[in-house]
Amino acid sequence: MSTLEASPTLAPTGVVHVRRPSTLTAYRWELRKLVSQKRTYLGLGLAAILPIIFVITQNLRNVHGRDQGNIFISHITQSGLATPVLILLFLSVFMLPLIAALVAGDIVAAEDGSGTLKTILTRSVDRGQVFAAKTLAAMTYGAIAVFLSAIVATVAGVASWGFNHVITFSGSVVSAPEGLLLVFAANAVYLIPLLSVVCIGVLLSTATRNSAAAVVGTVGFTILLFIVSGIPGLESVKPYLLTEQYENWHGLLRTPTDWAPIGHSAWVCALYAVPALFAAYLVFLRRDVAGG
Amino acid sequence: MSESPPVRARGLVKRYKEVLAVDHIDLNVHAGDVYGFLGPNGAGKTTTLRMALGLIMPTEGTVELFGRDPIREGARALQGVAGFVEAPKFYPYLSARKNLELLGALDGGRAQARIPEVLEIVELSPRAEHRVGGYSHGMRQRLGIAAALLRRPRLLILDEPATGLDPAGMRDMRELIRRLANQGITVLLSSHQLPEVQELCDRVAIVDRGRVVYEGALADLRRQGGAGYRLRSTDDARALPVLRAQPGVEHAATGEHGLSFQAQEADVGALSIALGAAGVGILALTPELATLEDLFFRLTEGAGAASGDAIPVGNGHRAQEQAHEHA
Repeated sequence: MSTLEASPTLAPTGVVHVRRPSTLTAYRWELRKLVSQKRTYLGLGLAAILPIIFVITQNLRNVHGRDQGNIFISHITQSGLATPVLILLFLSVFMLPLIAALVAGDIVAAEDGSGTLKTILTRSVDRGQVFAAKTLAAMTYGAIAVFLSAIVATVAGVASWGFNHVITFSGSVVSAPEGLLLVFAANAVYLIPLLSVVCIGVLLSTATRNSAAAVVGTVGFTILLFIVSGIPGLESVKPYLLTEQYENWHGLLRTPTDWAPIGHSAWVCALYAVPALFAAYLVFLRRDVAGG
Repeated sequence: MSESPPVRARGLVKRYKEVLAVDHIDLNVHAGDVYGFLGPNGAGKTTTLRMALGLIMPTEGTVELFGRDPIREGARALQGVAGFVEAPKFYPYLSARKNLELLGALDGGRAQARIPEVLEIVELSPRAEHRVGGYSHGMRQRLGIAAALLRRPRLLILDEPATGLDPAGMRDMRELIRRLANQGITVLLSSHQLPEVQELCDRVAIVDRGRVVYEGALADLRRQGGAGYRLRSTDDARALPVLRAQPGVEHAATGEHGLSFQAQEADVGALSIALGAAGVGILALTPELATLEDLFFRLTEGAGAASGDAIPVGNGHRAQEQAHEHA
């Protein structure tokens, strides 16, 4: 530290008014932190590789449009646009919630454990801003995972089976461009329950201060709901289970579009997301930051 | 109107279930102080600093930084305040420069331009692009100082800043703190390095078992903690009985470099006359203040610490103990 003598401006020359950063700034840095961590790419890698494995497998099987119980499976070789729909169908139940939980469960707990949370909380950013930035970053990650798998599935499917018209769940034919739009709209609608999973992950991350516990807890919670949905006698609660909302996007692929399951899903998911997020916010605001 | 003091804590309490970590601590750090915050491990220093920075909620009491409560006002109360509690922590997967860019952005962005300067100050410029994960403990300590300086603080809170540094690093850290203090930055320094505190600090608080056992000027503490003297005379053998017979003189003994004794300043004048009358010439009579280390152990070890009888305190005070006794 020998250059100290040459530095005459360490102290403020007057009253220093530090400009408070925007939440957007904190959010941008949360994303940069995610981008800089190797583990971020574990989930994204899964989201990208699974559609490719699926397409390769189907090519090797040399499927020829046999009726396999699902209209998209039966039309898999007739249009590449059937692939992203099937991928969403397969990944929406477990894999995409798991990928979202990997980051949501880690995003507060990891920083608390490593001590960097206290580093950022002693700067000019409020706790509420840090919380908002972290939650938005976790949500962004979940959305990127969903659309990454959709894009990879679409590209791989179209490369294998062409950019042709598709048939909806109702049996009507839609053009390829419209089909493409529907594919991405379906993925966007699927984000509604997925973001609820993220909110639960953020709550567990904030409350448990333990990344592994939060990730496992989030996934465990969704598995619990699956089990509940299968218990005889509990059929009446089934429409209100978060896991039942994973199929809300099916309404988009019907003719005419069935908006009812989407609307139902929106308020049911809000019942899970809003209390979880509010509780996480309160815990984050009042918590003692002593880790690391 | 006078400005609010950099740190003012009143009745600060932190309880973890059955454990009382901080027990009604009052602190008064004045502008321009280099304020030593001392205590044995587990005395409550770090918990107090965490409360001061708004990282943990007090169970009772308040703490204000320049008149602002970090618990109620959040980041606004930390304006002009920087530092770290325990070891400074950074993102190991980011470079030092990226870490500082992140912290600069969270300070509103204006600090970004100072990153090269603060890296230069702590001599990390050559390693600025390296990931912090590969840094040694000492380098992270220096990066912690750089991160603090980025905010151009008026109050610097440092928790064991010299921990893990080699002797040259410790010397440089002392030099840096001295330099910052000379520039008008108030420094609140928690440290186990008692010689470092003695060298740097003008005021201290000593905490033990969650309570302040002394707060005040370090010079007062040392003066009142033991007005010792060392005497070199023409005839130590004749001088010793004179010392022992002299009212107000205590603990007279022969040492390696002459005689030593304790006495109040007023009694020393009478002693010199008595020595002269006894035919003993004074070659040297020098006051010897107790070291901070002596005083620290006397305040924090044994029954004396608990009863408050370890040393007399004048301008300083055992604020909490007295306050609670009166309460």
